[in-house]
Amino acid sequence: MLESPHEAQNTATKILPSIVIIISLMGGLFIGIIAVTCLGHIEITWAQVVKIIYANITFQKELLTQFDEVLTVVVWDVRLPRIITACAVGGGLAISGTIFQGLLSNPLADPYTLGVSAGAAFGASLALLLNVGFMGSYSVPLFAFLGAGATLMFVIYLSSSTSQVSSHNLILSGIIVSAILSAGISFIKYIADEQVSVIIFWLMGSFASKTWTDAILVTSILSISMLICIFYARDLNLMVLGHRTAAALGTNIRTITYILLITASMIAAVCVSVSGIIGFIGLLVPHMMRSLVGPDNRVLLPISMIAGALLLLIGDTITRAILPHEIPIGVLTALIGGPFFCYIFRKQQLERGRF
Amino acid sequence: MGYVLNEICFAYDQKQVFDKLAITFKKGLFYGILGPNGCGKTTLLDLLLNYHRPNKGTLLFNGKSIDTYSRQTLSQKIALVPQDFEIRFPFLVEEIVMMGRYPHLPRFARPRMVDITKVNQVLDKTGTWQLKNRMVTELSKGEKQRVVFARALAQDTDMLLLDEATANLDIEHSLHLLELAKKGVTQSGKTVIAVFHDINLAALFCDEIVLMEKGKIFAMGQVNDVLTSENIKSVFHVDANIRYDTEIKTNHVMFKRMYENDN
Repeated sequence: MLESPHEAQNTATKILPSIVIIISLMGGLFIGIIAVTCLGHIEITWAQVVKIIYANITFQKELLTQFDEVLTVVVWDVRLPRIITACAVGGGLAISGTIFQGLLSNPLADPYTLGVSAGAAFGASLALLLNVGFMGSYSVPLFAFLGAGATLMFVIYLSSSTSQVSSHNLILSGIIVSAILSAGISFIKYIADEQVSVIIFWLMGSFASKTWTDAILVTSILSISMLICIFYARDLNLMVLGHRTAAALGTNIRTITYILLITASMIAAVCVSVSGIIGFIGLLVPHMMRSLVGPDNRVLLPISMIAGALLLLIGDTITRAILPHEIPIGVLTALIGGPFFCYIFRKQQLERGRF
Repeated sequence: MGYVLNEICFAYDQKQVFDKLAITFKKGLFYGILGPNGCGKTTLLDLLLNYHRPNKGTLLFNGKSIDTYSRQTLSQKIALVPQDFEIRFPFLVEEIVMMGRYPHLPRFARPRMVDITKVNQVLDKTGTWQLKNRMVTELSKGEKQRVVFARALAQDTDMLLLDEATANLDIEHSLHLLELAKKGVTQSGKTVIAVFHDINLAALFCDEIVLMEKGKIFAMGQVNDVLTSENIKSVFHVDANIRYDTEIKTNHVMFKRMYENDN
């Protein structure tokens, strides 16, 4: 009746990631970082960049004396922190998006689905409106982070019932809270008078004048989150079968949902508080990567992280070094990313490919 | 061995489902659970899976309270074929079936030769071999159901819970998959607890039938003792003729039209 028996073939080995691909992509990212550090108003050769980085990493300050001081400041204090922040934010938004899509079983989810961006924007707008300055230049990011965190907690509280975690409830709560906060932001803009342009600029996102503090903050949060996410990546795969089946396959649904939800939201919150709101990375990168390497999160997460980093690296370089005037990175990603996403989406629809 | 449920009370938020439910499932039998919609069949499976915890009462699995097992240990002993599911991401069929091996594999381990052999075996047995390199999102409902069934078989557990596992399947595939489950019971001493809507299909495969009504056990026992016109009438509120078929050696239920005299 059904097909004839046949010998067992060794075909399932391709499921696990080829670590080689991931390591070579990481290598590509490092080369990319050095390459774009050369670009900008002042032309610097790659050899100079490598030497300056080497000297700073190994604390051999005497090696720096052979260079013009302007050169070392431009490379080490201006360009590198900005570039590394951009990469870390790109990677962070991409893995956050991957986690949200997997967790909510919804390919339309992104890091901002639960209202993290609206919360951060509200916090930042409030800080800018009230001219809060007790933490110096970190007041706005701090307020943004607090706003995002408070929003997340409220959304989880709003959607939780005694027995289950429902992705529909989470998405709905996120939308409701975002809508309320958006109205709040509009109100702040309305009463802000002169501050309104500052608020609008912050909301559009930028990596201009990022310092090593920003770079190290985002990179370390990203590394910790990535470890947590990779640890639970297999359970996240099982979520695709539905909560009941995932539980039958050994997943502790409630615990893992909350751990991943909070981890992914925290990365998004840190990213937003450092760079403002940068859309499309968290939605687009997981989609594109899923169509390339498949939906297995153990592969998808690291690949998405690197792809997100590369994408924002390119985006930030375009606005920093190639365009005559710097335009907000959030606007750029949406303007380039949006149509590109439409193109890919359409192509995939026609091919009925892995989407 | 098997399950012993005693004085089980369970409620969803406000809605009481079970009040002092007591039932025993012995090892090595094929159990069928029948009952009208909303009588608590799926909830019962959820309790057996420890997906929901009873509010009161004791639930023993293999002689120990089910709470004493870790999720991981339970997943090596109990498998589930769920009723409704939607797989939104384009995993390959082979990857989905391999998920059934996860309980036996450490978190970061590659599949061993045993796992690959097992996956290939169940793909072959369930007739999903030719689907193995297809994306699960592109399959028909029936094909998906067979893949999910294959996944549960790959889990290789002593206890198999089926929640209307053949609801989307044509009769050939229904019989084929239930036959596979039955073979596990008769040849390897496994236990199957299956929720059915098709009473005759249940009669064909089950050793014992549990007839449920509004969260209570209405009747439980041998197929031919439970499937009587009176029981069907009281639980499902329909009239039926019951005939013992000498060839298939079980009771067969033939329903009568409800409002025939009105027309």
